[in-house]
Amino acid sequence: MTDAAGALSPESQAGTTQLRGFRALEVDLRLFGMVAALVAILVGFGIATGGRFLSPVNLMNLTVQSISVAIIATGMTLIIVSRNIDLSVGSIVGVVGMAQVLLMTQIIPNAIGYEHPATWIIALVAGVLIGGLIGAFPGGIIAYVGVPSFVVTLGGLLAWRGVTFGITQGVTIAPVDPVFRLLGGGPRGSIGGTASWIVGIVICVAVIALLVYNRRRRRQFGFALRPRWAEAALGVVGCAIVLGLIYIANSYLWPPALARQWSQQTGLPIPEGGIQSGIAWPVLVLLAVTLVMTFIATRRRFGRYVFAIGGNPEAAELAGIDTRWTIMKTFILIGLLCGLSAAITAARIDGATLDLGAGYELYVIAACVIGGTSFAGGIGTIPGAVLGALVMAALSYGLSFIGLVGPIQDVVAGIVLVTAVGFDTVNRRRTG
Amino acid sequence: MTVAQRVPLVEMRGINVSFGGVHAVQDVSIDLFEGEVMGIVGGNGAGKSTLMRALSGARKADSGEILIDGEVRSISSPRDAKAYNIETIYQTLALADNIDAPANMFLGRELSTRSGTLDDSAMEDQTRRVMARINPNFKNFTSPVKSLSGGQRQAIAIARAIHFNAKILIMDEPTAALGPAETEQVREQIRRLKTEGVGIFLISHDIHDVFDLSDRISVMYHGRIVDTVNKGDITPDEVLGMIILGKRPEEATQKELAQLELGG
Repeated sequence: MTDAAGALSPESQAGTTQLRGFRALEVDLRLFGMVAALVAILVGFGIATGGRFLSPVNLMNLTVQSISVAIIATGMTLIIVSRNIDLSVGSIVGVVGMAQVLLMTQIIPNAIGYEHPATWIIALVAGVLIGGLIGAFPGGIIAYVGVPSFVVTLGGLLAWRGVTFGITQGVTIAPVDPVFRLLGGGPRGSIGGTASWIVGIVICVAVIALLVYNRRRRRQFGFALRPRWAEAALGVVGCAIVLGLIYIANSYLWPPALARQWSQQTGLPIPEGGIQSGIAWPVLVLLAVTLVMTFIATRRRFGRYVFAIGGNPEAAELAGIDTRWTIMKTFILIGLLCGLSAAITAARIDGATLDLGAGYELYVIAACVIGGTSFAGGIGTIPGAVLGALVMAALSYGLSFIGLVGPIQDVVAGIVLVTAVGFDTVNRRRTG
Repeated sequence: MTVAQRVPLVEMRGINVSFGGVHAVQDVSIDLFEGEVMGIVGGNGAGKSTLMRALSGARKADSGEILIDGEVRSISSPRDAKAYNIETIYQTLALADNIDAPANMFLGRELSTRSGTLDDSAMEDQTRRVMARINPNFKNFTSPVKSLSGGQRQAIAIARAIHFNAKILIMDEPTAALGPAETEQVREQIRRLKTEGVGIFLISHDIHDVFDLSDRISVMYHGRIVDTVNKGDITPDEVLGMIILGKRPEEATQKELAQLELGG
């Protein structure tokens, strides 16, 4: 066989013909596998606890626990994809969280008065911007001076934790603004039953609109289409999952004591069947971050460039891409995300401690890697990283729920990390 | 019309490039006219690729001038080169293995929708059209190019170079990884581009390739140009002698030529 170009593999022919069976769904198998793993973990702990683990309150708690890590993991994915690493995210969360709480407890009240309604938004926006500024600094050194990101961000890991200590001399500062506290989730920090259903319906409409738009677009160019049944199945299953999750979120009711307190404060009666919590605010934030980051990674030039740099840095440079500015932007982006994550963490614990965000770098990197991001560069997805964070949170929450705490949790987390990546590596080698 | 009256597409004058202490290219001058194929030959490390990288913006020359259409231009990045319609097919192909053919083809020059997002459908559509001309067997537009054969990968690199209206094309060993049938396809492309007025620098190890396709041939040796000759004025054996000895045929001693005969 001399004409290699003429030899078509089965895969390459698939592009022109309609796919059959399960493959017609064109579902990302890796993501599908992660969802299956997550469900298996949840069900496993559910069985081990006689179903108690799968109560709405537990599911809500473990989700909210994963969010601070998941938000940063969306940015870390792009960093790892472009063959870099950021070890300083935990320390950036620490310093930004401290700055935000300091703004709310001292700086803003001194400037515009106590309990000003704009306090929370000023602190939030300022925190995110400070995060971006902090990220730009190592980003510039890595991109333009060429110091390895491992070294630069290792320096950041040490330095920013030191700065955090320096700001307050090690004292915990609290509390956060009442509106700001909503970012921490919990019954009070949720949007309520009706609003949750509205969010669910909006998402369903968006899913269907996206399917229709893509189909129309592919037909316009005469590309292969999914069979109609596959499109319909994706739409129905997608909407069913969304509405099912909303149903679970809504079946988490406010604790009676909290509901009574609320009733006394507002003078309103407690509705029949209790007050539905619905989706927690931080979950909405994560949802928005995931959507925006996925959009940036897959639909924007910047994302394309990040992946190209990860696949072949020299080719990206020769193609005329401004690789340095692209790398710097990934670090600014993760800084912004650290600012957002810091806000959610500080809101959840209602203040800022010296060790806020400590150790996040490891959980974030583990979430990315479990989610299919390759350290060789060029491979990774944002939803995968978010799922990775959820898997880790489900494991640690589940283990503590069945009474395994502390050291054993870390051992299990370590084993899971290596096993997950091991499976992935073997799988990748097999499929190419 | 004599050569002296025409303005060359490209003229490189007194180009020097060094890495550390090594002079990879020393005081090299070369030019290229519309519709011309200039073969560049020489042994390993002769400086062929380095010279061309200075023109494609991959590495800025330390000194020397580059004239495009008779005007001195500064080329310090691949973007500059592309702005002057200089396209390059690198020996390594310079593809990002993890993304698909359309993404590679439009890398750095992506098409956008009105809302500023990547227009992947339009890019795939155009890639299909170009590939239909270059390599009709090419059908895989959605897998990472890592999974493609050497010939298919080469086809993407060629498609990328010619799709954006190259006026000056640099081809560094374009057939090194190809089988005979694909090599013939590439030759056909070169001939077609030539008739369209594209000027081509063709770097090759294969003397026969060079003789078949070039109008003029430049021989490089240890970073310098030994000579640039019209194809009709020289034989393949004489070119081979220049590559090995680094001297023009008339400069070589009888002894050297005799050794060449024995060795060859």
